Amino acid sequence: MITTTHYMVVSAILFALGTFGVLTRRNAIVIFMCIELMLNAVNLTFIALSRQLGNMDGQVFVFFVMTVAAAEAAVGLALMITFFRNKDTIEVDDISLLKW
Amino acid sequence: MQEYNYLWLIPFFPLVGFIINGLLGKKVLKNEKLIGTIGTAAIGLSFVVSCNYFFQLLGDAEKVHEQIIGSWMAVGTLQIDWGFLLDPLSALMIMVVTGVGSLIHLYSIGYMHGEDGFYRYFAYLNLFCFSMLMLVLGNNALVLFIGWEGVGLCSYLLIGYYFEKKSAGDAAKKAFVVNRIGDFGFLVGLMLLFWTLGSEHGVWTVRFTEIAKFGHLLGPGSLVVTIVTLCFFVGATGKSAQIPLYTWLPDAMEGPTPVSALIHAATMVTAGVYMIGRMNGLFAMAPDTMMVIAIVGAATAIFAASIGMAQNDIKRVLAYSTVSQLGYMFLAMGVGAFTAGIFHLMTHAFFKACLFLGSGSVIHGMHHAYHHAHLHDDPQDMRNMGGLWKKMPITWVTFLVSTLAISGVPGLSGFFSKDEILWWAFSSTRGGWILWLVGAIAAGMTAFYMFRLVFMTFHGEQRTDARAKDHIPESGLTITIPLMVLGVLALFGGLVGVPKLLGELVGDVPNKIEHFLAPVFEHTQELYGIHAQHELHHLEWPLMGISVGIAFVGIFLAWIMYVKNPELPGKFVGAFRWLHKAVFNKWFVDELYDALFVNPTKKLGTFLWKGFDVKVVDGVVNGVGYLVRGFSQVLRITQSGQIHGYAMTMVVGMVVLVAVYVFR
Repeated sequence: MITTTHYMVVSAILFALGTFGVLTRRNAIVIFMCIELMLNAVNLTFIALSRQLGNMDGQVFVFFVMTVAAAEAAVGLALMITFFRNKDTIEVDDISLLKW
Repeated sequence: MQEYNYLWLIPFFPLVGFIINGLLGKKVLKNEKLIGTIGTAAIGLSFVVSCNYFFQLLGDAEKVHEQIIGSWMAVGTLQIDWGFLLDPLSALMIMVVTGVGSLIHLYSIGYMHGEDGFYRYFAYLNLFCFSMLMLVLGNNALVLFIGWEGVGLCSYLLIGYYFEKKSAGDAAKKAFVVNRIGDFGFLVGLMLLFWTLGSEHGVWTVRFTEIAKFGHLLGPGSLVVTIVTLCFFVGATGKSAQIPLYTWLPDAMEGPTPVSALIHAATMVTAGVYMIGRMNGLFAMAPDTMMVIAIVGAATAIFAASIGMAQNDIKRVLAYSTVSQLGYMFLAMGVGAFTAGIFHLMTHAFFKACLFLGSGSVIHGMHHAYHHAHLHDDPQDMRNMGGLWKKMPITWVTFLVSTLAISGVPGLSGFFSKDEILWWAFSSTRGGWILWLVGAIAAGMTAFYMFRLVFMTFHGEQRTDARAKDHIPESGLTITIPLMVLGVLALFGGLVGVPKLLGELVGDVPNKIEHFLAPVFEHTQELYGIHAQHELHHLEWPLMGISVGIAFVGIFLAWIMYVKNPELPGKFVGAFRWLHKAVFNKWFVDELYDALFVNPTKKLGTFLWKGFDVKVVDGVVNGVGYLVRGFSQVLRITQSGQIHGYAMTMVVGMVVLVAVYVFR
């Protein structure tokens, strides 16, 4: 039987993978993808618990999260395009001008 | 009831003179005659008002008058006002200060001609007169103290008048610092008096009339009153140049000669004597202090006289003479002869001012001669003078009259006052024969060194350089008129104080000054049994004879050594080399003070500067800076610019927060 717990575990794994990716990957676009992964993992948790508790609040919140994710992706990609135009790279290791 | 409503004008006129000359003198007025006139008129007007009130007081049955022009501090039951007190003592003082002051202002117009800072001189001189008048007219100790401090300040400003000369600046600083030590003593005494009278007897006051009335509450002969009066006396030693705080006065001769005449002969240095006279009730309650005062006075008289005998600078001799004569005044106050002390203050003001102004006239003439001959010899050194009586007759006559006065030659002013002091020193219930003996010897020394000065300067052969000696002029009228006035006062000024012994001889001439000052001192003298002992009355004539005899011996010795056989001094110095060396070098007192006080203080100052201020204070301040920098070096590491670093920090922080929430 697939219980809510299974969903939660999957969600946790996805979140962890996303976090790992954010911390490790060099390519900015890949980092954005990992952030999306983290957001979707959270979405999954919201829906699973919404089903379990019989409350629609979780599913409504998922809509908000998706909207935010979309907006954020748009802004982030615009940022990256500008950066690429100036620095010819989007490796985050090279984006370190704001140091002491 | 007579009105004394314009007492405040007396200090007010010189204050206005100071403000006008001080603010406008340099840029606006510029004319020497105008500045000089404003300055002299200011003090002259004060003299007119003083004369008016003096004569009014003479005819007034009520002798103590106070005028209060405003409240200064009112705290609970304590009321301190801007008030003036006119009684016989202050009336006499204002006459002396404004009278001699006016003459000296007039003299200065001629003497300071051509000086840069002519306006500055007159401004400071007026400020000095204002301070001195506040001192003698103040009705409470705080107004007196304002004047006390003010005269010290003006003394500094005027000694350092030629501030471009290092020696003048040093002398001014020395005067101010030594004076300050005395002022500290005065303040401690005043505060102790105020506190004790207030906390133990409920009388919170600094007014002189109330101190006189309630002072006895402190208990005659008690420790408190002895300490209070001793502290006041320390203040007096500083202001009036007694042992141990006299060292500033000889150096003060760096200032212009009229300054030496006014401040360091006639007025400021008499402030200590005046203060004791003003608070005579307190001092009479402390016989121990009075003994100290008498001993210090007598010791200073003979000590300073000894130094004066070996000096070559004309002004230095007069400076030590002033210290010595002040010693006589304190001797008088110490044995309870308050009237005699104030009388001597007055006669001394006349003849000493005349002597200083006369020496100024001589120096002026010598300077003129050297300038004419393009020489750089010292115009103040007596070894360059001699035979000047022909060249400067008016100066010579007035100088001679004043020298006769200071030597105590019978008939002149100095004789009456000094003799009165010596008699009281011997016969007072608080006196003693040793004090008389020291005073008499010092009188002999005084006659000797003063006539040495006269003979070296005005008589004998002219030792001045041949190129200069025919060009020494007599000084102009603005200089000689004050000399003549003061000469007359030195000649006849003593006649107001003819003692009973002599007065009876010539047909009942009263001792006018004793009668005049009686309301101030009589009560104290009766209360504490201070009087000339009657059993010793038969000795009065012999003692007078002895002191006159000693004076003539001194004059005769000086004549032998400096007119008849001028090679004698050289032989004397050769025979007593060590004694001469000690006396010529002022008994090495300055060197002693340097070793004991000045150099250790300088070393302390240097240590506090290099050892403490640089190392500790700067160290702490800089150290704080280093500490902050160290912290920031560490904190900087977090700002690496690496995005992964920031992301990791966020994740770790989030984990910590969640863990705290979960495991609480």
